[in-house]
Amino acid sequence: MIAHAIVFYIFSLIAIISAVMVTVSKNTVNSVFFLILDFISISCLFIMIGAEFLGMIMLIVYVGAVAVLFLFVVMMLNVAEQKNEWFNASKRSSHIPVGLLVSIIIFFELIIVIGGWKYKPDLIDSLAIEINTELTNTQSLGSVIYTDYVHLFQISGMILLVAMIGAIVLTFRERSGVKRQSYFKQISRERNEGIELIEVENNKGVKIDV
Amino acid sequence: MFSIGLGHYLTLAAIIFTIGIVGIFLNRKNIIVILMSIELILLAVNINLVSFSIFINDLSGQVFTLFILTVAAAEAAIGLAIIVVYYRNSGTIRVEEIDKLKG
Repeated sequence: MIAHAIVFYIFSLIAIISAVMVTVSKNTVNSVFFLILDFISISCLFIMIGAEFLGMIMLIVYVGAVAVLFLFVVMMLNVAEQKNEWFNASKRSSHIPVGLLVSIIIFFELIIVIGGWKYKPDLIDSLAIEINTELTNTQSLGSVIYTDYVHLFQISGMILLVAMIGAIVLTFRERSGVKRQSYFKQISRERNEGIELIEVENNKGVKIDV
Repeated sequence: MFSIGLGHYLTLAAIIFTIGIVGIFLNRKNIIVILMSIELILLAVNINLVSFSIFINDLSGQVFTLFILTVAAAEAAIGLAIIVVYYRNSGTIRVEEIDKLKG
């Protein structure tokens, strides 16, 4: 139990410190790296409390895809010289104290909700899907996703498809003066406009006018 | 202190959520960091859902976390694409210079 507590405190401390570093670090590349560290420690916490599948999926999706996407964009936009300086009180910094005040109020509201909150007494009886401890986490998730939640699962796939198409359409730029393949022209070619039979006379060449 | 319960995880999620909100409010230079703060907020929501799911012994919280993961990935992709297009059009992604809407 004590080992569990120690591991929890270590991982959550790393997560909180790296979350702070994401927002305050001067260089954007550094904040992407701290974001990766944050995701890794939170996924370690997930694995620790028994949601192994989600922990691994967090590693794959966030660290493997999203954070690398962030890194690509940061490097592509050349924002290294645009330092992330907040708290420079040179001009119109009036929103900083207001922002801090609102954030602190939100934090205390969350803490108050956590402190004064109780289960409804009949909550445990009305469970939707109880966790079967004989199966692994991945097995039980799979048996739920592909049966009860299959429509939501397919809709989330559609969301990913729409996001992919949207990202491509947004960033697509048509360049002029570049020769490209035109599939429609290629497919709609006919025999009589592509091939010509020519009688070649003796001792004379054929003049091809293109 | 040494028996980790639901409250510990909820407190961690609350702290990370607040850090994300601070990042959105106080960031002034770079709009990519705002997107990263949104990712932090979604992460805090995921921590809440997973810890409730484990401690109440109900699997549907983890299913919802899975869907939130997909939506977060889609949102990050679209947001970064918008940032790339904006940078291409205006040459800057500083927060204080993005004032086309005069808000």
